[in-house]
Amino acid sequence: MDYLIAFLVGGAICAVVQILLDNTKLMPGRVMVILVCTGSVLGALGLYEPFAKWAGAGASVPLTGFGNVLFKGMKEAIDKEGFIGLFKGGFTASAVGISSALIFAYIASWFFNSKMKS
Amino acid sequence: MSEKKQVSAKNIINETDTKLRNEYFNQYVKDVTPKNSIPKNTAKAFLVGGIICVIGQAFTNYYIYMGADEDTGKLYTTITLVFLAILLTGVGLYQKIAKFGGAGTLVPITGFANSMAAPAVEYKKEGQVFGIGCKIFTIAGPVILYGIFCSWVLGIIYYLLKLLGVV
Repeated sequence: MDYLIAFLVGGAICAVVQILLDNTKLMPGRVMVILVCTGSVLGALGLYEPFAKWAGAGASVPLTGFGNVLFKGMKEAIDKEGFIGLFKGGFTASAVGISSALIFAYIASWFFNSKMKS
Repeated sequence: MSEKKQVSAKNIINETDTKLRNEYFNQYVKDVTPKNSIPKNTAKAFLVGGIICVIGQAFTNYYIYMGADEDTGKLYTTITLVFLAILLTGVGLYQKIAKFGGAGTLVPITGFANSMAAPAVEYKKEGQVFGIGCKIFTIAGPVILYGIFCSWVLGIIYYLLKLLGVV
């Protein structure tokens, strides 16, 4: 059952973004920024967490989930450490996603070559 | 839309009336331009995005089964998906899936990973610092900047509301 919900919810988010891409002049980079910001706003409003509980990976795998995690980390840091948490929470929460992407991408550049060769 | 006549290049060349010729030409361009089927693209994005999320769900379930709590399981899932996406980018497969899946490959965290790995591999020749080092952030940089900034602003609001005793 959780697989079906993940498929439907994750698919639906992607479908909405595809419609946005096809009907507006938004570039992929902008779309990603919008998704992350939307996720953290929805997280701050307390809407994303219940949604993610229900939708599982359908809500946590899309970049909106990344945005939600950003705010979640921010909130935890503020609760725990007060003002200084404002400057800690975001990076703490996004550390795993960003570090893993940076590290693996860099390692990938050792092993793989551009496919655009003539 | 007034005439449903199929216009060929011959029609345009042979037409002597300039106004009519322009009209034919426009019709011809419209006919020849490949149509971007929006329902089809949307369905593809739905399918590919849905499948990536199902894979994510499978890993999350597996890690939780192995004894991780929910949050940690999701983090391990993130690492796994990022790793797989970068591997697929390296061998040139992710680009092919992206061509088919459109937003389906862009929206998941795998798209974020791809946006780092693709330029890292692509600009390797331009050097470690100005090639890989700079280009790796071309798309990821804005995402990180606005993600951090946005959550910081929301954090300030939360902090103030907390001071005021609202939340």
